[in-house]
Amino acid sequence: MREKMVLYFPATVVEQPLTYSLIKDYNLMINILKANINPKMEGRIVAEISGEKKDFHAGLEFLQSRGVRVFPLEQEIVWVEERCTHCGACTVICPAGALVLERPEMIVRFKGDKCIICEHCITACPSRAMEVRY
Amino acid sequence: MTKKTYEEINEKIRAGEAVVVTAEEVISLVKERGTAETASYVDVVTTGTFGPMCSSGAFLNLGHPKPRMRMSKVLLNGVEAYAGIAAVDAYLGATQIPETDPANKSFPGHFNYGGGHVLEDLVAGKEVFLDAYSYGTDCYPRKTYQKTITLKDIPYAVLYNTRNAYQNYNVAVNLSDRTLYTYMGLLKPNLGNANYSTAGQLSPLFNDPCYRTLGLGTKIFLGGGVGYVSWFGTQHSPGAPRGENGVPLSPAGTLAVIGDLKQMSARWLRGVSFLGYGASLMVGIGIPIPILDEEMLKYTAVSDEEIFTPVVDYSEAYPQGTGEVLGRVSYAQLKSGQITLGEKAIPTAPLSSYAGARQIAGILKEWIQKGEFLLTKPAFNLPLTGEGVDYKGSVGGEIS
Repeated sequence: MREKMVLYFPATVVEQPLTYSLIKDYNLMINILKANINPKMEGRIVAEISGEKKDFHAGLEFLQSRGVRVFPLEQEIVWVEERCTHCGACTVICPAGALVLERPEMIVRFKGDKCIICEHCITACPSRAMEVRY
Repeated sequence: MTKKTYEEINEKIRAGEAVVVTAEEVISLVKERGTAETASYVDVVTTGTFGPMCSSGAFLNLGHPKPRMRMSKVLLNGVEAYAGIAAVDAYLGATQIPETDPANKSFPGHFNYGGGHVLEDLVAGKEVFLDAYSYGTDCYPRKTYQKTITLKDIPYAVLYNTRNAYQNYNVAVNLSDRTLYTYMGLLKPNLGNANYSTAGQLSPLFNDPCYRTLGLGTKIFLGGGVGYVSWFGTQHSPGAPRGENGVPLSPAGTLAVIGDLKQMSARWLRGVSFLGYGASLMVGIGIPIPILDEEMLKYTAVSDEEIFTPVVDYSEAYPQGTGEVLGRVSYAQLKSGQITLGEKAIPTAPLSSYAGARQIAGILKEWIQKGEFLLTKPAFNLPLTGEGVDYKGSVGGEIS
């Protein structure tokens, strides 16, 4: 299976090479899309994780046992539909094809599963209809 | 041969018998029935556009506090409204930003709040903080006034936009190797994208390209309420080159429009922010076109395939005003999501909401069908070439 996840690392484990364990001990492929450490030393990784179903779940359980909080990616970027004017300005800015103009209706659609949380849409949207929630 | 007068059409509207179609629907009708039959069948064609229109704003009369005050500086939610007019009158412009906004000092600036957003908040019924200053006079002694107000507390509020509903507009591209932040949105380097901002076949001025029915007093849908064309807009440039169908090949006519802000809606007046450029207001406008004869019907039947617009480089040609055009594309190509310039395929994006334009044309159609909205004959028509107005600016395209 293959899924995009957001991993939150508490300050106590942020310096431990947990991703290495996922690869070596759980045979998972980790494609890191985004990573950062905040001033409180908490870490956040957005990654696409793929592997056998059994390994996938065991790997996530391992992370959680070390205090890492794990979330599916879709909840991170939110399309506030009532603010969207369906102009379409975001659709050439989104590099992942998550924001698209449906033709011939010319209506904007947000496909959360394709989003890579690059956040380019946040400021590219003139009516500020895209929000980051974390 | 079809000939109808405004009076005859209005009579049918009052009787609930007028045939009203949108500027989209009329295209397929003409394909089925031909122009002559459609012209006698259809009475009114409704158009629409919903895009950023920077030359927008509102005249407000803020009411006299006690003691009276000659407001010389007026701020609404921190955004300054021009107060160099009578005592408690002010004009709040859509692109005005708060004095505290760092603008482009930290490039690219975000411009999350400006005059357009204050207007949206007002029509949404939200509270807005009024902060006014004066030097004080014998007749107007008060020097400061602070109050939280809503649109209901403002005695008079009129939207007055001096340049709206542009008849055609440039497609913006970027030939340079750095990202550009423009009023046409974010332009990626090396022809990374092409942005456009017109509703094409639904856009009001494409459906009456020679302004046969448009002018002072034309009654319109404005910001969700009723408004009027009040003059030709700034930079009105009817002398732009035109195709055989009369449709300008580059930016041409514009409208000045007016309407009571109090009957408008936040759905169709929307504050917007352009990264690295500034704040603005998206305005919804819909104009009914009376089908006076077969010629008017032919104009309204124009489709995206027959409307062309120039592609302009915003790294050099536009800012320097060189007038250079990289090519011309149709709105059908633009709306397909991709245009081709030389060998290069460029993804396109609109800044004007086509879905919004379609909805506005539909709402206006409904108003007319219900007999609630009659058409007005203009006191004078928007000027065409040779009538004393020909803008010589450098909007882009070939206007130079």
